[in-house]
This record gives sequence, structure tokens and C-alpha cells, in this order.
Amino acid sequence: MSKGVKYKNEKRLEILKTYKIYIGGKFPRTESGRYYNPLDSKGNILGNICLSSRKDFRNAVVAARSASVGWSARTAFNRSQILYRLGEILEGRRAQFIEELKIQGSTSAKAEKEVNNSIDRLIYYAGWCDKYQQIFSSVNPVSSSYYNFSVCEPMGVVAIIAPEENSLIGLVSVIAPVVAGGNTCVVLASESKPLCSVTFAEVINSSDVPGGVINILTGNAKELAGHFSSHMDVNAIIYSRTDKEELKNIQINASENMKRVFYWKSDWFSVKAQNPYKIRDLQEIKTTWHPIEQIGGAGSGY
Amino acid sequence: MKTKDKSESSWNLSPAPESTDHIQLKKRYEHFINGKFVKPVKGKYFATINPATEVKLAEVAEGTIEDVNKAVNAARSAYENVWSVMPALERAKYIYRIARMIQERAKEFAIIESLDGGKPIRESRDIDIPLAANHFFYHAGWADKLEYAFPNKNPQPLGVVGQIIPWNFPLLMASWKIAPALATGNTVILKPAETTPLTALKLAELIQDSGLPDGVVNIITGAGETGAAIVNHPEINKIAFTGSTQVGKIINKTVAGTQKKVTLELGGKAANIIFEDAAIDQAVEGIVNGIYFNQGHVCCAGSRLFVQESIFETVVKKLKHRLESLIVGDPLDKNTDVGAINSKEQLKTINDYIEIGKQEGALMYQSSCTLPSKGNWCKPTLFLNVSQSHTIAQEEIFGPVLAIQTFRTIEEVISKANNTPYGLSAGVWTDKGSKIFNLTHQLQAGVIWANTYNKFDPASPFGGYKESGLGREGGLHGLAAYLNLK
Repeated sequence: MSKGVKYKNEKRLEILKTYKIYIGGKFPRTESGRYYNPLDSKGNILGNICLSSRKDFRNAVVAARSASVGWSARTAFNRSQILYRLGEILEGRRAQFIEELKIQGSTSAKAEKEVNNSIDRLIYYAGWCDKYQQIFSSVNPVSSSYYNFSVCEPMGVVAIIAPEENSLIGLVSVIAPVVAGGNTCVVLASESKPLCSVTFAEVINSSDVPGGVINILTGNAKELAGHFSSHMDVNAIIYSRTDKEELKNIQINASENMKRVFYWKSDWFSVKAQNPYKIRDLQEIKTTWHPIEQIGGAGSGY
Repeated sequence: MKTKDKSESSWNLSPAPESTDHIQLKKRYEHFINGKFVKPVKGKYFATINPATEVKLAEVAEGTIEDVNKAVNAARSAYENVWSVMPALERAKYIYRIARMIQERAKEFAIIESLDGGKPIRESRDIDIPLAANHFFYHAGWADKLEYAFPNKNPQPLGVVGQIIPWNFPLLMASWKIAPALATGNTVILKPAETTPLTALKLAELIQDSGLPDGVVNIITGAGETGAAIVNHPEINKIAFTGSTQVGKIINKTVAGTQKKVTLELGGKAANIIFEDAAIDQAVEGIVNGIYFNQGHVCCAGSRLFVQESIFETVVKKLKHRLESLIVGDPLDKNTDVGAINSKEQLKTINDYIEIGKQEGALMYQSSCTLPSKGNWCKPTLFLNVSQSHTIAQEEIFGPVLAIQTFRTIEEVISKANNTPYGLSAGVWTDKGSKIFNLTHQLQAGVIWANTYNKFDPASPFGGYKESGLGREGGLHGLAAYLNLK
């Protein structure tokens, strides 16, 4: 975009990209009609980016909620293949993401590393989709004649305030474990570096992820964090920025409907940033009891 | 105490009260801090009353911030100097010892539990106290095996934990909280409920006798303000609370912005669903156990009954008949099914809800039993003609009051059952396996009982979805609540 600002006679006119938000598998502009202009390191405008509103967030939650039943009902194997497909398509568009990261101020080497890690992270979580259940579930040896087992179930709709820095690897690292576990999400992308979040939405849109499973908004956390954390139809919220006061307010708001709050901070480039406990964070444990016809097995006497 | 005089039945049972001769209760109990019973700093005490007779059982100390400070200091010192540095197997052995001693003193605990809280001796003897002992025994064994519970993690204790428990299962909740905290290497400050402090204080005596190092478990009595002093204390690393959703939300807001970890076991409004293909008699027993167990003072009580239309009349007829046969009265009588309501305040709450139920147009039916003249009592109650919008179908009553609705299809009952901010438990009654799995999968609740109800076990994780709480207690999953998983 920054290259396009100067008109050069000898070159063809570049087509500027319109960066829109991503809700329910569609790319609307913010209903508010508002925009903001993040700048690159030289002070050039990166684009007219949607300044999403409370109403956009509410629409996105509706989309995420309606996608939730279908997404959580998919087989784990199917979710695994869809996440893998996300990785595939991101791989095919490496160059575009490297370019965008550089426009946002990254070096070539760092941008390449960020894209590579992001692809690998998707593949990592794709593999977990049909495995975490076995790691975190249990058959419980109760002292009476019942069969008793505990399994993971997705929490539902997760609101995510994605990292401000590392606009691609950060974004991928917070989305992947959430959707790998069968949740749907509404994500607020990096405010200062929003370009690749919108481009990543295009990757999502062309990769078999059903509309509404991942919704991406651009805008201002100070404005939206209150809405993210107080919406009564959101089951959990992940905060991955650094403002402790904002986090505190999120925790207070979340208490109203007992949203689960997670504070995810990490060096997103490191492999330590990925583990199945991140999937586990967004799972409820459901325990089921059923009698067994084994009278002799009853009794926990002493 | 005979509560029924029914000419048509020759099956009335003679009273069979449990003797209280051998139990040892002091007239006055102090706080248990650093291994000793110490007077409250402000010198205030309050009475704990037998809800079945309104007789004062003992006086207990009223805890203030000064007492909490002393307990926190003791717990911190015990954590740093003794408990966290002790070999894990030694820790386990102390916890095993406590489990064994509870088993040895089980009868005394059971009688005091029924005296102080009003629950039938049959329940405190067969459920509360054995389960309390089992919680210690189960968790003891985890103490030196924690690294196997969380692959690739290095689990570490949190430090000093503050635990606040309700009055419905006093000793069971105390052990439910203390046992996992100790097994994971933390030290404890526990506050029992103000109406039922005695078994926790008897546990303090037992802990003293067990030789557990001073300060590892501290017990402070008091009401809401004492609890708030614990929740607000900056030196406490974790709060575990069981109680109302309202208070749970306040606690969660209070700890916002701090490093404190929180687990909350809050209210519920469980759906108990009976299909036409269920074993009806068995299901009716389950419904009765689901709502009248412990006078309905159960967060996971099956307080909303959903009956498939085709069997509605049969089920209601059988339920009414069963209601009539419940023996309401003296908690110490071994034949008693439904004991005393825990407090005057709770009785008022329940009666208010019954009044609202009638005013909103639901049809009330109560057992014709006669109630003792003294004490807090409520007849087992059910409501017909209930709809989703009725207050008694939405709010937690915490008493022996059942709201009955009907349904036709599976989709309908799932949507009705899930249409609540709560998500603690649910029940399903059908003889068809695939239907059970369909239902248990779709019901949003942390504990689902299929063809049974109100079953508990230390190995079985317990806790709610949505506004019924945060985190799980019990089993492998419950350990995470007391650990820092590095």
C-alpha cells in the first residue's frame, strides 16, 4: 500500500487492497463506517482499516454461536484435516504474507521465520485435534457399581484479544488451539499491524473452515475489550496483550456470566508457545455416570 | 419421632433414634490456628443451633481480619518451612492418617453432622462421613504422583489457600477442599459455614490428634465478613469457594487483577429428564433422591423434572404416592428420609419460593405428613402446571421443591434443559443407550447422571458449566485447581 501512494508514470497503477473485517464467512465493512490509519515505520499510511464497533462484535458473536453447534459436532478427524488445509493454503501464500509483514516493519528474515512458524503451528495443532481428548479424558474408578468417565467438551464461543506484536504468528497461535478444540471465536487483531490478519481471513475463507467458526475484527482494544468481556453469550475470553488494567477490567466484566478468562503471554516464535494445554484451557470437563449391573462391584466399605 | 399417623397403612415404623450419649461436644469452640485452639482476637462468639429442636449446641468464635492474619501467618510459615519441603510420601502418610482417623470416629461425626445441620442420620452415616474419609484417602495417594497427572509439566503447589464452604455437606465439603489442597502441597485456611461449624471443628481436633504439623490446616469460624477477610487477604494464593452464584461472582470480581487463583462451585437448577422408555419405578426413585435428598439443600439437586408427555400421569401418580411415604422428621431417627431445614433464613427462602410458585399459577402438591412443632421444617413439595418462565423453574430454591414440566421431543427437552444460566448437573432416564449418549452429549452440565442421580465419589470430577462455577474438584482433573502447572 505504501508503495502505491506515490504515482509513478512509468509503472502501471497498483491496485490497492481494501481491508475489511471477517464475520460469518463474509467480508463486510464495519457497520459503523469508521476507519483508522495505522502507519508503517516511515510514517506512511498502511491502509484504511475498519474501526470495528460493538455492533460488529455482536454480529460476530451471533455468527460464532450459530457456527458452534456444527463445528463442535464435526469429527475430530475432520477438524484436523481442516486445520491442516489452513496450513496448506497459508504455505501457498507465503510470499504475500512475508511482503505484508515487511510493510508492517518486519525484516525479510524475521518475516520469513514468522510465516514459516505460523504454518508449522497450524500443522502442529491440526495433529492435536483428534488426540487431546485421549490425553485429557479419564475413566474414573468410583467406589460403587457405576461406570464413570470424564471427557473434554468445547466451551463454545471464545472472544480473543490477539497479541499486538507478532501480528501473524501471534494471531495463529491464539486461534489454532481454540478452534482445534471445537470452539468458535471472535478475534480482535493487532491494531497497529492489522494487514495480515485480514489476509489470513482470506486463507480461512478458502480453506473449508465453515463460515462463523473464526471471525476477525480490526479495531481498538480499549474500545472493544469491555464489550468482548461483558457479552452474555460468550463463554470464554483470551487476553494476550500487556495492559494489566485492561485485563483486570476484563476479569471483572467476565464475572457477570462466569466467562472463563485466560491470560496468554508467550514468546510466540518459540515452540514453547504451543502445547495441548492451550487446547485444554478452552475445554469443559463433563463427567457421566451410569449404573453397571455388577452387584459385587458395589460397596466402598472399610 | 413419629411424624405420620396414617390409618390406611400398617407400615408405620417405630422411632429408632440414634443415641447421642457418646459424642463429645464442648460448650465453646475457638479458632484452630497453628495447631492450637485460640481465642478470637475480638473475643466474640456466636451460637450454633440444632435446626430440628432449636436448642443451642455450642458457641463458636467469630473470626475477624485479625484472626485471619494469624492464620495466614501460620499457614505461610508451615508452607515454607515444613509442608512444601517435606518428602511427598511423608505428606501422603499424614493425609492417609487423617482418612483413617475419620473412619474410626465416623459415628461421632455422623451424629454431630445431623445435630448441627439437620440432615437425616442415614445420609450423614452412609454418605457424608464415609465420602469425607474417602476424599482424604483418595487424595493422599496423589501426593507423590503428581508429575504423572500432567504430562510434560512440572506441577508446583500454590502456597496458602483460603477455602470457604457451605452448610449443606459440612464435613464432606471440608474434606473435599482440604484433602486435594494438602496432597498438592499447599497449606490451608478453611472457613466452615456459620450454621454448621461443628464437624469442621471436630475435624480440627482430629487433625491435632493426628500430629499433622502445626499451621498446615487452620480453621476459622464466622459468617460472610470472615469469608470476605479471607478472600481479600493479599497473602493468600488461591480461593476455593462453594456456595451461591451471587457470592461467587462477587469473589471473582474481588480477585480480578490479582495473582490469586480461583475455583468456584456455585448454584444449579438441574434438569432431570424422564423418557417414556425409562424403567419408571427406578426413575421415580431417582427423581425423589434427586430433589428430596438432604432436604433439597444440594447445588446439583434435580429441581426441574421434565416428563415425556405420554407417561406424565403415571409418573405424577407414582411421585405423589412416593411423596406420601417419605418420613419427615427427627434427623437422628434412622428411618427418617427428610430432615430439618438447615436454618430459619433458608426456610423463609423456600417458603417464599413456594408462595411465588402458587402466585404465578403453578399447582402445588405437598405430602400430608405432620411436621414437628419445633424446628425448621418443610414438607416435600412438587409443582405441576409449571412453564419455563416461572420463577420456580428458573431460580435455585435450595429446598425440597420440585418443578415439573412436560415435553414431547428430544430436541424440545434439550433446549428447555439448557435454557438456564446454570450448568452444574443433569439427569437422564431411558433404557436406550444411544439416546443416553445423545442427551448426555448435548446437555450443558459438568456432571450428568444417566439412570441414577446424586452420586458422588472422590475419583469423579465435579463442577459446573456456565454460571455454576469455575474449575473441577475431585479426581485427576480436580488436582489442577491446586497446582501451578509450570
